[in-house]
Amino acid sequence: MRSIVAFACALMTSALLVTAPRAAEISLSCSALGLEHEICRAGADRWAQQSGHTVTLVSTPNSATERLALYQQLLAAGAGDIDVLQIDVVWPGLLGAHFIDLTPYAEGAASGQFETMIEANTIDGRLVAMPWFADAGVLYARQDLLDAYGREMPQTWQELSETAQYVQEREREAGNDDFWGYVWQGRAYEGLTTNAIEWIASHGGGTIVDQAGEITVSNEAAAQALGKAAGWVGTISPPGVLNYAEEEARGVFQSGNALFMRNWPYAWALAQADDSPIRGKVSIAPLPRGGEDGRHAAALGGQSLAVSRYSQHPQIAADLVIFLTSQEEQKRRAIEGSFNPTLPALYDDDEILASASFIGELSDVFANAVARPAAATGQDYSRVSNAFFNAVHGILSGEQEPGAGLQSLERELTRIKRRGWTQ
Amino acid sequence: MLLTLLLVAGWPLARTIWFSFTDARLGRIGENAFVGFDNYLAYFDGQWLGVLADGLWWQSVWNTVWFTLVSVSIETVLGMIIALALNQVFPGRGLFRAIVLIPWAIPTVISARMWNWMLHDQFGVVNDLLMKLGLIAAPIAWTANADTAMWAVVMVDVWKTTPFMALLILAGLQMLPDDLYEAARVDGVHPVRVFFRITLPLIRPALMVAIIFRSLDALRVFDQVYVLTSAASDTMSMSVYARQELVEFQDVGLGSAAATLVFLVIALVIVVTLVAARLRLGEAGER
Amino acid sequence: MRWRRRLGRIGFWLLIAAITVFALFPFYYAVISSFRAGSDLFTVAYWPEAFDPSNYAAVFQRQPFGRNIANSIAVAAAVVTLSLVLSLTAAYSLGRVRFRGRTTLLFTILSVSMFPQVAVLSGLFELIRVFGLYNSLPGLVLANLILTLPFTVWVLTTFMRELPKELEEAAIVDGAGPWTLVWRVFLPLMGPAVVTTGLLAFIVAWNEFLFALTFTLSDEKRTVPVAIALMSGASAYELPWGNIMAASVVVTLPVVVLVLVFQRRIVSGLTAGAVKG
Repeated sequence: MRSIVAFACALMTSALLVTAPRAAEISLSCSALGLEHEICRAGADRWAQQSGHTVTLVSTPNSATERLALYQQLLAAGAGDIDVLQIDVVWPGLLGAHFIDLTPYAEGAASGQFETMIEANTIDGRLVAMPWFADAGVLYARQDLLDAYGREMPQTWQELSETAQYVQEREREAGNDDFWGYVWQGRAYEGLTTNAIEWIASHGGGTIVDQAGEITVSNEAAAQALGKAAGWVGTISPPGVLNYAEEEARGVFQSGNALFMRNWPYAWALAQADDSPIRGKVSIAPLPRGGEDGRHAAALGGQSLAVSRYSQHPQIAADLVIFLTSQEEQKRRAIEGSFNPTLPALYDDDEILASASFIGELSDVFANAVARPAAATGQDYSRVSNAFFNAVHGILSGEQEPGAGLQSLERELTRIKRRGWTQ
Repeated sequence: MLLTLLLVAGWPLARTIWFSFTDARLGRIGENAFVGFDNYLAYFDGQWLGVLADGLWWQSVWNTVWFTLVSVSIETVLGMIIALALNQVFPGRGLFRAIVLIPWAIPTVISARMWNWMLHDQFGVVNDLLMKLGLIAAPIAWTANADTAMWAVVMVDVWKTTPFMALLILAGLQMLPDDLYEAARVDGVHPVRVFFRITLPLIRPALMVAIIFRSLDALRVFDQVYVLTSAASDTMSMSVYARQELVEFQDVGLGSAAATLVFLVIALVIVVTLVAARLRLGEAGER
Repeated sequence: MRWRRRLGRIGFWLLIAAITVFALFPFYYAVISSFRAGSDLFTVAYWPEAFDPSNYAAVFQRQPFGRNIANSIAVAAAVVTLSLVLSLTAAYSLGRVRFRGRTTLLFTILSVSMFPQVAVLSGLFELIRVFGLYNSLPGLVLANLILTLPFTVWVLTTFMRELPKELEEAAIVDGAGPWTLVWRVFLPLMGPAVVTTGLLAFIVAWNEFLFALTFTLSDEKRTVPVAIALMSGASAYELPWGNIMAASVVVTLPVVVLVLVFQRRIVSGLTAGAVKG
């Protein structure tokens, strides 16, 4: 009797194995709508044609915090509804445990990528996501105004403040009362962490927590950098900058009311759009150095693709990830949607430079980019970033002196770390 | 059906309270250990830890209570005025009723973003309008300044939820018998007197329900604060705090403790309100 | 006396005008913005200077927005119907029948509304997956009932208590059972309250965002607020203001229509006549 049951079971299993659909359906979350969605769709379709599988796109919220919350909810419940997830460069530490190690599938594909991007996506030696496109903070300037006032593109923050002050005064004398020197992102959110880490790193003040996990934020260079930035608020930057995110800053710059802007590369295409009042008057440059002995430091952003551990078809999903992050596909995305490749080799590709010339100027920016301490602090990253941007916000709004603010931040971070970062 | 609903309502609450006594994290929610009241208050390595030892928590409590007091008071007065106006018979009042409800009909996530745009210091319409009217001399950075940010949140909330108040009060007014007013009018009682002596006592139950539900929502305010000022500590509300621990920091234990405390604070406020209202009702004599 | 009256009239209309401007201006601004394009949105305008319907076209072309509206209507309508039926029944027992522990029960119902929504979220998420209602509209209806029921039960109980005792006694003498009592006697009397709570509950369900985002996954199952929040421009940072404003205007219209249809009911003051009769 027992053997019959066993036999029946075996038969059924084999029947299941045989009839299991060979063409799997993989769900992929990439940006919700618009151009980004269409370009993603095209890439997925090409893979589907080539592999015989099908891909369904899942739209997830545009806002990073909402998307992260949704992912966490799904992954914590062990739900395999999304096989391939588009994740931010600072999320691997938070979500890494839910993703499979892509190393066996990458077959060396990782070696051609920007090292900083691979480091950001490696948790405990596991490659949890493959870099898909890169982002970094850059300086936008009104080239027409720089030319008119005979000024050079600033190389240090000091030069930036002086030029901004000078041009702002002249423009206001000329009757443009709403004109400001420099706009950036000062709202108490992740964007302020990227802005402030750029100031601090460019002054040689480190990246809050170093790669070994030691807290380094309370130092002279960092205090100096933040003191400088606090001096901008209300002088060359509008007081409202303390609640600006990317789009608020772009709004001021794009309506022609600011000389400089710190933003991500996305603003380029919009500033040069047909209906833009500053079309043809904008130039782009690396963010200034901290001083003569400082360095150019741009915060690294970008998105990667990861495969959920709860996926029904992890191998097939990993294949899709490798395809989408391949050189050929990244080149297509650079040409069609100006997505910055994560492969240094593509930065002197003639076809890309022909369609998106500014990408060529970014290659140095990416090579010098600084990563936020997401990998080092693991699951505590959000807490660290939160404590950091709140402390910086307090310093910028003048509630605290830079030195004292950084000291109490260090105490706070030590409290969060206690016996080690939560991995 | 009722049993399902009981389960649907009861399970998440029970679960939250249970997690508040564990060290659960979002990444490994299944494997957690009982830690007693550590998430609320614990002495560890020479320092106090837990929600109750966090200065930010107490600030968020104070912010939320202040916000609730101010915005619900304004909404009650404004809602009463609008409801009294809506209670009159005049041409076009059907349309007027629909207009009044519009702010409430726009999803909060959207209307908060809309206001964020309108309150922008450089190209926001609010500053532009106030400057054109000569009320302010220079643009105000509404949401960036700690002093005005909370008022901005209150303003958005008042704009959005006054219709809720107005409509509930109107329903109360409509259920009052007309003959009372007839009698008062015949006797030549001044309208203001009629309002305070007759209308207000009679609609008190409806008014109380409206105030209680507005307070419940105001004490849990989230979207307006989150969209307008993100995670800034000056305006952080209790719900923003709980969400931050629960979702952003993935600390389900601490976040659940915060959520449970939110529940306790709200319960306290509501009980006090209800008791106060009943006492006053008692003075007026139970109907 | 006459001039005083006239002054009162003028004051009244001024009040109406002020309220209208206060309530409507942001919406009016949204309508204007929805007809403007790109960089225009970074400048202030008080009058529509162009009529460019492309934002509206984009809203309907880029996503199944019509379907999203239908979903929202279906969910909100189901939530309102269920909450009204359940809470009218509950309100009768809680409002008219005296029994021990009534206050405790009422308070327990209320306590559901005292937890932050996000704290209830993951527990509900588990339940919805256990019931197999993930990514389905019934799942959303169930979740939204948690938000509306405490409110509808409380409001209807309060209004039910206010109704005169004589009515009920008269009906019972006439041989009416509790069912008839609720549906034939109380329901018509409570017209304004029922319509008002229904309307308010409808808007709550219509605007609900967090549950709708978490409990649905495919575009065909999304409700309107989620669909709007998912709109993005050419990159993740860009917010397509024109599209969002256009969508918000579209979303508001069904509610306005609903109010216009039901507004008569809000004020059908049956009470006075019924008590006498």
